Amino acid sequence: MKQFIFIASFLLLLISGWRYMASDHQPQFATLCSTCPPGFELDDKNRCRLRSLYQMYENKDGNNPGVGGLKTALPAVRDGFTPQQIDLGRYLFFDPVLSADGTVSCASCHQPDKGFSDGLRTSVGITHIPLKRAAPSLWNVAFLKNFFWDARATSLEEQIAGPLYAADEMGTTRDQLLKTLNGIEAYRDLFRQAFPQKANTPIELNEVYTCIAAFEATLISLNSRYDQYAHGYANALNKNEIEGLNIFRSFVARCTECHTPPLFTNQQVAVIGLAEPDHTFDEGAAKTFNDPTLKGAFKVPSLRNAARTAPYTHSGRFEKLEDMIAFYTQGRGHEVPPTEKLRIHWHIWEPHLRHDEIDRIADFISALTDESFKPQIPEAVPSGIKLKKEPLTHSLSLK
Amino acid sequence: MKIALRLFVLLITLAGGVYLGKVFFGRSTSIPAPMPNYFKASSSSADSSAMGAGVVTGRTFNIKPGQSIQEAVGKAKPGDLIRIFPGVYHETVYVDKDNISIQGVIDGGEWPVLDGEKKLNDAVLYSGNGVLVENLKITNYKGNGIMGQAGNNYIIRNNWIVGSGVYGIFPQFGKNGLVERNILTGIEDAAIYIGMCDNVDVRFNEVYGNVAGIEIENSRHALVEFNYAHNNTGGILAFLTPGLPIKTCADVIIRNNYVYNNNTKNFGAVGSTVSHIPKGTGVLVMAADDVTIENNIIFGNTNSGITITDYAFAGINHANDPDSDPYPDRLTLLDNFMDNNGTDPIDEVKVLKKATFAKPGLDIIAAGGGNGNCIVNPDRYITIGLSKYASCPPHDTHLVTSYMLDKPVRPRATTDLEKGKMTYYGVCSGCHSYNTRLIGPPVSVIQAMYKGNAKGIYDFITKPTHKRDDYPEMPPQNYLSEETRKAVADFILTVQK
Repeated sequence: MKQFIFIASFLLLLISGWRYMASDHQPQFATLCSTCPPGFELDDKNRCRLRSLYQMYENKDGNNPGVGGLKTALPAVRDGFTPQQIDLGRYLFFDPVLSADGTVSCASCHQPDKGFSDGLRTSVGITHIPLKRAAPSLWNVAFLKNFFWDARATSLEEQIAGPLYAADEMGTTRDQLLKTLNGIEAYRDLFRQAFPQKANTPIELNEVYTCIAAFEATLISLNSRYDQYAHGYANALNKNEIEGLNIFRSFVARCTECHTPPLFTNQQVAVIGLAEPDHTFDEGAAKTFNDPTLKGAFKVPSLRNAARTAPYTHSGRFEKLEDMIAFYTQGRGHEVPPTEKLRIHWHIWEPHLRHDEIDRIADFISALTDESFKPQIPEAVPSGIKLKKEPLTHSLSLK
Repeated sequence: MKIALRLFVLLITLAGGVYLGKVFFGRSTSIPAPMPNYFKASSSSADSSAMGAGVVTGRTFNIKPGQSIQEAVGKAKPGDLIRIFPGVYHETVYVDKDNISIQGVIDGGEWPVLDGEKKLNDAVLYSGNGVLVENLKITNYKGNGIMGQAGNNYIIRNNWIVGSGVYGIFPQFGKNGLVERNILTGIEDAAIYIGMCDNVDVRFNEVYGNVAGIEIENSRHALVEFNYAHNNTGGILAFLTPGLPIKTCADVIIRNNYVYNNNTKNFGAVGSTVSHIPKGTGVLVMAADDVTIENNIIFGNTNSGITITDYAFAGINHANDPDSDPYPDRLTLLDNFMDNNGTDPIDEVKVLKKATFAKPGLDIIAAGGGNGNCIVNPDRYITIGLSKYASCPPHDTHLVTSYMLDKPVRPRATTDLEKGKMTYYGVCSGCHSYNTRLIGPPVSVIQAMYKGNAKGIYDFITKPTHKRDDYPEMPPQNYLSEETRKAVADFILTVQK
């Protein structure tokens, strides 16, 4: 048995080594992908357009898109990027060369296998010191109107600049980023492909943002078993999950009032009254909107693929869905420090959920899992930095 | 001793009076049932998805005590009618399909009763369009009596909801609805709560003994007419609540209602918006715009007949919403009959009253900001804060007989081509691309195999068999409707890139 493992791992090593060398000699990113990723149709202007069964419910005479019930149209989507921009965005997303010391990529904190979050309470950047807040999932960001837990950015492009230049996240500077990318021949070539109308000029920052946004906007998750149920297939959910759906949308639990279908967020900020693990209070959106009544307000996160994105909340307070749900039934403001006066959201009350009801809600949320459009991680990135199979943050355990 | 005797006699007299009062006027023992209202079955078999509520073109299910209503809903198809016979049912009924009618049968004064026994959350939940719910008695649920989420073209009528949870009737995100002839009491938030809806008529309802009688919240084009709102904490409300995804509450007509003695102590849940309503509130407008209040009888509400407020004065204590305008603008206060209001106002109002040296009582108070508001004949009323109100031009709303749409909201007409496209790119493309291998074989290969044979593709995706060892077996796609599977099978044969 031991021998077998030895031989097998030797063979694997050989294959991966050969692959690595092969890709070194003839990088697969020499030509960017000319087709759209799953979920998108290529139009005749070389733009990728979202296609979804939810578009059947678009109706200018009907109710509002974006928030509602089962058969509700999606909110406005960021689409219309070219396949080349999306593919280049994918390389940039996974390339640690974007960080100051070449150790952290976007994917370090937004890992495809962890619901595009990182499994940590709060993320870590190049300094290896835990950050203030957790990495939000990127699934369905194409539909979001604001970004970051405190809603301080209003576009993906604006959001992307945040972690890039934050000293404790990716830590680079605009100058360094441009210098780095323009210094890599592969990138110069790829940006020319992604922006063919441009002459032979250096890579610009807005092109970097555009491509990363283009890639992130293709992370669509709308094919869960819940969606099959929503489109009319009654058997898509089992008995427990349907029970969970009914508790979820009941006015006892009230989950759906903020985690509203079809995205399972109403895209508002809300004060739910969470304590911070280290007793320093995070004022959240109060700073963004310069409004003290929003103290402790955070963006309502989408619950799609939430079963993959533990731990939960902006500070990673809860490791299990059940614990997160139980927070809402332990009393209005039960965690608020006596020194803080918060304007807790009116839907936070004391629903007295039973244990089995909490479990059913968790069952239902797990039925929102759909990763069928999960993109492929590039085998190599244009900078030539070797991608670690286990990204940096994996070495840090939860506890 | 004499004094004690006198006191005793007085007590006896009082107790007797209360008892007699209950016998003659009381509601606790015999609450009047609403009048039944039957609808006719239509003989036309129109496209069911575009039908209004209550058009029955299909089967009828008769449900008797001991049978499950939900089981019938599960079997029902659009256009079917589910009739519920008198008896007691302990269920949460959820309707996630279009054009289902649920009708209680009231026979010899006996009602079908949905009893949540204080264990179940909601009595009826619906998300389908064209849903009708009528003639049900609903009691002892913890959440809602009847709640809709994004169902358009709804009718909720003639239900009798007693002591049942947070909201009695709560259509949310629905367009084109009718809520009429319901009787609701003992609800700890709003008895009838129109939340983030459009085009709704709320009429001929009786709401009493609730925290809020009728609440129109973040909705557009609502007509609230001929309702009897009495003995609530607040009678009829039009709110723009901050922090919701819909940011306006506008074009609300509150007309011909009887808003009487809404002086019940507030028993709303701590932190809820309505928990801030002072008892004795007749009509309350908070931050809503373009509200017309016309020809109501507003009588005996001890705080104020009509209260118009911004967020600050309302003291709702919610976090602010930068996208939500906190002020009530362009209100039109037409002639209303108001008397005996404001006899025992809350302290904040008393302070304002003192400052104005007004005579006792209070019909209308406007506090906080707001622009473009007007009133007819303000001298008829005892008022505070109307100095900025203009005199309304000659105006009434009689031309508005309904805010419901002339025709039901039609679903988007999706062609087969579009449907095929949405399904192919929205679902299939996760595993199939045109000419590269993903999880499943390339579409170009499939096209070669099924040239001119869309039926073959349809059959395969409905019930796949493992055809090729070099690919994993495809999961069945039978969750897509037959029509959708046909459309996508056709579309797959036309894909060119």
